[in-house]
Amino acid sequence: MILTNTTNYFSQFIAYFSDTIGWGMGGQILAYVLIAIVYLIFFALAGLYLVYLERRVAAFFQLRLGPNRVGPWGLMQTIADALKLLSKEIFGTDRKDKLLYHTAYYLVIVAALISLSVIPFSNGIAAYDINIGVFFISAVSSVGILGLLIGGWGSNNKYGVLGGMRSGLQMISYELSSGLAILTIVLMAGSLQLSEIIHQQQAGWFLWRGHIPALIAFVIFVIAGTAESNRTPFDLPEGEAELGAGYHTEYSGMGFAWFFLAEFINMFIISAVGVTLFLGGWLAPFGITDGLGMPWLWGFIWFFIKVGLMIFLLMWFRWTFPRLRIDQLLTLEWKYLLPIGLVNIILMAVLVYYHLVF
Amino acid sequence: MEQVIYNSADLKSQEYFINMGPQHPAAHGVLRLILTMDGEMVKNIEPDLGYIHRSIEKQCEHEGYKQIIHLTDRLDYLSSHMNNEAVALAIEQAMQIEVPERVKVIRTIMGELTRIASHLLWWGVMGMDVGALTTFMYAFRDREMINDIMEETCGARLTMSYSTPGGVMFDLHPNFVNRVKEFIPHLRSVIPKYDELLTGNIIFQKRMKNVGFLSAQDAISLGASGPVARGSGVSCDRRIIEPYSALSKVDFKEILYQEGDNLARYNVRMKEMYESLHIIEQLIDNIPDDGIQAKTKALIKLPKGEFLQRVETARGDFGVYIVSDGKKNPYRVKFRSPGFSNLNTLMEIGKNQLLGDLIAISATMDFVIPDIDR
Amino acid sequence: MSYFGDIFGGIRSLLTGMKITGGYFFPSIIGRKYTITRQYPEEPAVVAERFKGEVVMWHNENNEHRCTGCQACEIACPNGTIEIIWDRVLNEETGKKVKVIDKHIYHLGMCTMCNLCIQACPTNAIMWSTNFHNATFDRSQLTKVLNHPGSKLMTGVEE
Repeated sequence: MILTNTTNYFSQFIAYFSDTIGWGMGGQILAYVLIAIVYLIFFALAGLYLVYLERRVAAFFQLRLGPNRVGPWGLMQTIADALKLLSKEIFGTDRKDKLLYHTAYYLVIVAALISLSVIPFSNGIAAYDINIGVFFISAVSSVGILGLLIGGWGSNNKYGVLGGMRSGLQMISYELSSGLAILTIVLMAGSLQLSEIIHQQQAGWFLWRGHIPALIAFVIFVIAGTAESNRTPFDLPEGEAELGAGYHTEYSGMGFAWFFLAEFINMFIISAVGVTLFLGGWLAPFGITDGLGMPWLWGFIWFFIKVGLMIFLLMWFRWTFPRLRIDQLLTLEWKYLLPIGLVNIILMAVLVYYHLVF
Repeated sequence: MEQVIYNSADLKSQEYFINMGPQHPAAHGVLRLILTMDGEMVKNIEPDLGYIHRSIEKQCEHEGYKQIIHLTDRLDYLSSHMNNEAVALAIEQAMQIEVPERVKVIRTIMGELTRIASHLLWWGVMGMDVGALTTFMYAFRDREMINDIMEETCGARLTMSYSTPGGVMFDLHPNFVNRVKEFIPHLRSVIPKYDELLTGNIIFQKRMKNVGFLSAQDAISLGASGPVARGSGVSCDRRIIEPYSALSKVDFKEILYQEGDNLARYNVRMKEMYESLHIIEQLIDNIPDDGIQAKTKALIKLPKGEFLQRVETARGDFGVYIVSDGKKNPYRVKFRSPGFSNLNTLMEIGKNQLLGDLIAISATMDFVIPDIDR
Repeated sequence: MSYFGDIFGGIRSLLTGMKITGGYFFPSIIGRKYTITRQYPEEPAVVAERFKGEVVMWHNENNEHRCTGCQACEIACPNGTIEIIWDRVLNEETGKKVKVIDKHIYHLGMCTMCNLCIQACPTNAIMWSTNFHNATFDRSQLTKVLNHPGSKLMTGVEE
């Protein structure tokens, strides 16, 4: 029953490109660079349009219209904003720790970009489809935290330090829960490879096949994911009512923009991982578009629809809920999510062992 | 080499200072709080005032009595009508003018509308301070209706300068009664939605309950008034203790909560909006028709003496104290602003709280900085 | 158990809140049903007829105003917003010297819209305009001369 992932368009492209160009290793490297450029462009556009989407969605939640002046329906608004930020002077304190201050945003952005590379956007379309993909994402996203931490510390600002410390605290705590939620699904799938996990869901999404434990894991994953992407019920690291702007208080211009973009890309990654693990990735619901040809295109479409819905859910949270306090944040994690997650993973193990999952 | 043995008592964390304000997203204005922090814990709060001091009390000494009123708009701009009314009442009390019944009723209705508008704005900002940004726009949608009513009658949306000694500036607009009658059921229908959105929310409840406890004793000794004191169970509503304008003719309750925490102060304001609606409902149907201005001289001179008038603004007990030496401008004017005294309680109850709690507490205090600083 | 009671009660309260915001969101994206903001330059602002925008002086079609130069507004103003430059001019018909305004200067930048000048005016010469487009690039433009150049006192307005 299990279909193994045999085609990867990217590896095919690399092989084809290096053969045609015939420079041996050089051709391969050129192919990698081309793929990286495609991903960078995607990264920038996705970041910018997620910002646009956020502003638009927030506006409709708040009885407003949102940006609608620059370009049709305001679609050029965030691009204009990015151009403005590009042209701004990078202005910070002179007592900053220069090395840490400038390393911070690269760490954040690079971590986000690396995570993006393992996500399968469609059947066989993942730049770096390794067999430990889930683990890789968890590992790399922890590096991003380091960026926030040293950014807050390096900018020599008390609000920044508080924000950085809060982000460290929050991320380390919530990584545990999201890790457990991911493991629950890995128990079912028996694989850490993202494309493999998706292929296994052709018989039914894991949210459906794992019934109760998968549902609990999904809820935990969404909560922990919201916390990891620093969004509102958990936006303590930058909670503007308390800390001004938290860890990016002292950043301006592009420095700020990198943090801002990385935050939105992280939201995209969290949603993409959630979709991949629980909602069947690029698979069409009930296989309704399977016979229509062009499977990779339909894969794209379904993947982005699902990710969009997940992102919308996160935005809905953001524009509805108040912020938690720092001790409540830890209470929620250590007293609620973590024990429930642990019990849940045992429950899942038992169910899998006795073949009680669908 | 000497061996160094650390024990936990030696490893003291260092206390540090944070300037919260004068420019801070959560400070409702230019209030600067010098916080002594131990990690996330606020150890001491020292407010630093004076960033928006305009010496309004001194300016009043150089203005005629009619002209003082427009300055009081700029104290607590969210309850500007009540401030105007307080000065007008003080002058009327000194000159022993009997104002027409219509004026009394209009002033009371306007005052309660202003109170609702102020509480609505507070609710929106309260939500923002604890992180729920959407409440702001919902509250502003409903507050806008009051602002439109005000604009139609008074010609201004916020700083109305509507009361004058002996009367009011304009007569009511013909649409006024209808629009107020439309507004009352609207607000009654939206406040339950507010409750569902924010009050019932588990996160909000956890942020508010048992946080920022102010005992009744402290509230009295620190001079707290208004919803802050009533949240601690101190009965202090000037509208009940000495009813002014048309308030003696209406029936309403004083909202008292005994808990003294953030949630109690929050609930007092939410319930007060219903009471204000109740007051307006009783008055709006039969506004007497006996003129909008009592006969006063063109140049008002108060007799020699000292005059005090206290009213209940949206933030608490607002007092106007005028010392007159018989000239056309006062010898000394003192405003007792509720926000200043309520700031004292923040210094007391904000200690040993987390930074996030301090924000929530100061949000339930409902500060308007120009009112504190004058 | 209160532990699980907390969890379910909490989730229910969160969903209630989401129901409220979602109830505004979904009708708004389809028909802009609950959208309350006004797209200002395209949709004109609605200003009440009593709105206190700035003080103007009423002139009739013959470029005549009603201001006698009595300075009541200047005295009533708490901020020194109004300055009147006047002179006494010999009226040829009656042979008396009459007070005539040269310039009725209004400093919009100092005005707090308190209505006292308009209340004080005995001849209803000045009134409120609802114009709120008062922003300028230069502070000096906020100082306005209210009487039009070459305007005269309307006949029949007593001093």
